[in-house]
Amino acid sequence: MDKRLSIVVIEPDPERAAPIVDGLREIGDHDIRIISEETGLARHIAECRPDIVLIDLANPSRDVLEELALASGPTERPVAMFVDRSDEHLTRAAVEAGISAYVVDGLRPDRIKPVLDAAIARFHMFQRMRAELAATRAALEERKVIDRAKAVLMKARGIDEEAAYALLRKTAMDQGKRVAEIAQQLVLAAGLLSCR
Amino acid sequence: MPLTPLRLGYVPLIDAAPLIVARELGFAAEEGLEFRLLRLGAWAQARDMLGAGLIEAAHMLVPMPVAQALGLGPALPDLDLVMFLSQGGQAVAVSAALAARMREQGHDFDFRDARKAALALHCAAPGRLRVGVPFHFSTQLELIRHWLGACGFSPALEVVTVPPPLMAESMAAGEVDAFCVGEPWASSAVDRGLAALLLPGTAIWAAPPEKGLVLRRDFTEAEPQVTGALMRAIWRAGRWLDEPENRDTAAEILSRREYLDLPAELAERGLTGRLQVTPSGEIRHVPGFVAFHAGAANFPWKSLAAFFAQRIAQRHGLEPGPAMEKAMAHFRTDLYRRHLRAAGAALPGASARLEGALAQDREVAAEKGQMILRADAFFNGTIFEPPFAG
Repeated sequence: MDKRLSIVVIEPDPERAAPIVDGLREIGDHDIRIISEETGLARHIAECRPDIVLIDLANPSRDVLEELALASGPTERPVAMFVDRSDEHLTRAAVEAGISAYVVDGLRPDRIKPVLDAAIARFHMFQRMRAELAATRAALEERKVIDRAKAVLMKARGIDEEAAYALLRKTAMDQGKRVAEIAQQLVLAAGLLSCR
Repeated sequence: MPLTPLRLGYVPLIDAAPLIVARELGFAAEEGLEFRLLRLGAWAQARDMLGAGLIEAAHMLVPMPVAQALGLGPALPDLDLVMFLSQGGQAVAVSAALAARMREQGHDFDFRDARKAALALHCAAPGRLRVGVPFHFSTQLELIRHWLGACGFSPALEVVTVPPPLMAESMAAGEVDAFCVGEPWASSAVDRGLAALLLPGTAIWAAPPEKGLVLRRDFTEAEPQVTGALMRAIWRAGRWLDEPENRDTAAEILSRREYLDLPAELAERGLTGRLQVTPSGEIRHVPGFVAFHAGAANFPWKSLAAFFAQRIAQRHGLEPGPAMEKAMAHFRTDLYRRHLRAAGAALPGASARLEGALAQDREVAAEKGQMILRADAFFNGTIFEPPFAG
């Protein structure tokens, strides 16, 4: 049987690290460690002697790992090797998911793939969560603007809320724009006009 | 006509200015391009995203495409440097403790004399000196090694990679004694009372090429029009940036939240060359601290590819001759000539030259008329001769 893999996850945010570790546990009994400190990374890695290091593509500490990957000479155990030398398709999938993997020299591709697949799945989940959060925020923001625009119309034209919204909607349709855009313009214009 | 969208990656430093200015002041739009600028966290990220086709062009450390050409990075499609974005912009800093010892021993932090600074460092440094640089393949690393090597610096020298945003922290944690980094990170460490600035990069090498515009070769071949438009937009942004009266405006734009996200005053120091060298507020003025255009700063001399290749090859046990030839093929003077000739860029007659030979700015013959080349001497007079001049 293959020996357990030693996997290091570099992630300062515990809320992000936990799901990655969970995902990795699902694929087998591996030795998984999280490094969260930003300084002293080279020393921590040297102590762990990992087979695979997983890190966010945009983490500045990646540049430290790059040096470790190059520094490993023939006599010492190579700390890390670029994964893409084994599988171009897998690497591209990882980069698109926003993840970077460093893999010890000589580790068989069939042992790397499940680990990377699991990590990629988790990173896609992060991307989706981030997109959902941004969308929710934007929707909330738009609703606030529309409410303000309705208030402006109600006051200026003495109409009720329903009529104000209908007016916004009709204008948006006539102009081929979104209701939120029209509302934004109205609020901006009202702000300008009310300034003395 | 709709604009052609183009994704560009940059790392938040003052020398990302040509990309940001090209977008903000409309140089990109004039060329029919819509720049989508992506702020990146690591140099390795810029390289990987470019390799995977997630961005079309990257602001990148000049030695990075050289290292790729020598096979010292991941297996990616060919990456070419089509023009330099900047020269200089780096500063060497020492920890507050080291600065205090140097001061006690009489060093005046003149921020100018590289030999004097090395001597002062030599006397004050403990048994070894650990210096942080942003990346294993960087102009900063070459500056440190060249400077201390040429001065016969004897304490054991350790050069380690430290991400620029963490430079100050790792100094505070006692992990490095000094560092060489691009602005605004050196000034930021001074502001936090953790460091003093010892030298600008230009005191070691008068015109150190720092960042380049790097594209995938297959993109430059498949999209020659877009490549040309991109290069012209960036080139015009550089020309605008090198008008001294524009530097304050540039600092304002760069410091915005979506770009560098820091006080404009901090970005201004490097851009105007008025740097505060100690936490107590001493100011030093360095004309030409960072250049984006003047003196043919953008021309991607093949001799500079050879210069970096030779040094990288020596450290990694590669044959310098073939390494230099490989690297020179990735600095695309041909594309520079083809795409910038019509825009009015001065074009030198040759594509390689002696590096370090100009003690002063010099007027030379160009393809048409005359052009001025910026002084590029090393502090110790080193002259590098590329394998063949062509």
